[in-house]
Amino acid sequence: MTTIGTPAKDYLLAVEALTVSFDGFKAVNDLSFYVDENEIRVIIGPNGAGKTTVLDLICGKTKATNGSIRFRGAELTKMSESQIVLSGVGRKFQTPSIYDDLTIFENLEISYPKGRSVWGALTFKRDQAVKDRVEEVAEIIFLKDKLHERAAFLSHGQKQWLEIGMLLIQDPELLMLDEPVAGMSVSERVKTAELLNTIIKNRSVLVIEHDMKFVEDIAHKVTVLHQGKILSEGSMQKVKTDPKVVEVYLGH
Amino acid sequence: MKTAPSFMDRKDLLALAVLAAILLIAFPVLLDGFRLNLVGKYLTYAFVAVGLVLCWGYGGILSLGQGVFFALGGYGMAMYLKLEASSVENTKIQSTPGIPDFMDWNQLTELPWFWQPFHSLPLTILLILLVPAFFAFVIGSAMFKRRVSGVYFAIITQAIAAIATILIIGQQGYTGGVNGITDLRTLHGWDIRTDSAKFILYFVNVALLLAVVCFAMFVRDSKLGRILVAMREKEDRVRFSGYSVANFQIFVFCLAGVFSAIGGAMFTLQVGFMSPSLVGIVPSIEMVIFTAVGGRLSIFGAIYGALAVNFAKTSLSESFPELWLLGLGGLFIAVVLVFPNGLAGIWRDYVQPSIDRAFKLRSKDPADPGHDVAKQASTLPAE
Repeated sequence: MTTIGTPAKDYLLAVEALTVSFDGFKAVNDLSFYVDENEIRVIIGPNGAGKTTVLDLICGKTKATNGSIRFRGAELTKMSESQIVLSGVGRKFQTPSIYDDLTIFENLEISYPKGRSVWGALTFKRDQAVKDRVEEVAEIIFLKDKLHERAAFLSHGQKQWLEIGMLLIQDPELLMLDEPVAGMSVSERVKTAELLNTIIKNRSVLVIEHDMKFVEDIAHKVTVLHQGKILSEGSMQKVKTDPKVVEVYLGH
Repeated sequence: MKTAPSFMDRKDLLALAVLAAILLIAFPVLLDGFRLNLVGKYLTYAFVAVGLVLCWGYGGILSLGQGVFFALGGYGMAMYLKLEASSVENTKIQSTPGIPDFMDWNQLTELPWFWQPFHSLPLTILLILLVPAFFAFVIGSAMFKRRVSGVYFAIITQAIAAIATILIIGQQGYTGGVNGITDLRTLHGWDIRTDSAKFILYFVNVALLLAVVCFAMFVRDSKLGRILVAMREKEDRVRFSGYSVANFQIFVFCLAGVFSAIGGAMFTLQVGFMSPSLVGIVPSIEMVIFTAVGGRLSIFGAIYGALAVNFAKTSLSESFPELWLLGLGGLFIAVVLVFPNGLAGIWRDYVQPSIDRAFKLRSKDPADPGHDVAKQASTLPAE
């Protein structure tokens, strides 16, 4: 499999010549990579390498200066954020992004893929299918006995799980996670790895992570970013031994 | 259903019944005609306050320009009443009979085009609802689609209130200028100046307010209500969960605008005039204060807030006219610093628990406390 060249049709996500510049500073510079169906891709790289910016570009939070992002053949750079979500891309933010004043149930319910228009939300009925699904997901994210508590009372790790659960209920084909285990205790990390292994079935996942142990556990393929460009790409084993990567990570 | 803030549960019904009893029975029995009419006037601000609860309290969109929508409703009604009062017989001493007196004074010889629809009562009622919705839609689309929010939105709405006032005063020939539209007499032939008319209008006003309250509760308890809270907290999370945040913001802003306009129209009917002094920056901010004092997360609180602040305003400005604005400012500071959830917060934190305790002591009924906690947490989130 080559990384440069015309992409075959069967790539789920094709990022090509992607560039974004903030007042002349190119945070992402001529970046190209491809993600397969059911692939777990981890993006690593030092601070400021442009990892989060790449996710921002894919989900539409930041608009690209140049280049293209195609998801199942559809050009994402021309869509609004909500259209991108509807086409099947889900994004988890770095800091837990949940609704403190709502209950766990209500948090999950909002991500349930129904009633997303104004009229749809007004007439939305909390039927048995919704309740069952919410309970099912709450079980997976270890929060079943807290369904009717306010999300504000959760611990940091539980909030991360809740947001992962919100994405799970949204059922995206491409799931993007920004540092899902950052700030977690050791036991929470183990549980999160277990959680991620359950939810990555039948979908592609793009993960940013610093925890190398965690990366080795889950990655199919690793992309190393440095100063907005790809430094190395391949299996964890290959990347780890790449002298360029070693130099960037270990410094001079 | 032990989870959802379901529409019209026991607590809501009770609150609605208490409000209806106070407004429909207690006030008419206890107050004389003059005071009852005053209460009716205060209640027209409650329409605005209910709209602000949804828009500001739930949606987090602070509008300092609700007076504009109050004006659109109020002027719409005033234009209809004025045209009816300006029949050719009534105005035969004017150089152009059949047009409102202030137009004649301003050398207008013809009724402007935008006054024409207000000859018809059904059209007037329709326009009272549609014009503010349209304006709110235009303002909302222009700002929310561009992600203008928070303080910037508040400042822009305040500027719009200022512009509206200047426009009304400047275009004297079309609007009646600084005096407003006065000398209103009949509604479809029915004299609104009599005591009996004022009595009936009070009840019409209360009925409309209760209807607005029910609709607001329906919105609050729908999924849309929860999305409003979610947007207030983490706008980006809602956006990246597949919602067009701007559309929800536009919807709630339009809804608040329409509620305000209904209040404005009822103001004109009960008070008998409409003027720019009722719609500018200061009244718009006062409307926000009514909401804050009542509790910006409580639909019922906002109504009691509008009543309480206006009662205080009337009685204080009767005895110490120069102190009122200071008092209002102090009240606002107190609300922000000491009781951020307003009267509703005080009720929930201090009064309700003691009532519950007293009730439980007497009946020995092991009520389900979990239900109340869940319900309160989701409908009255502490900020």
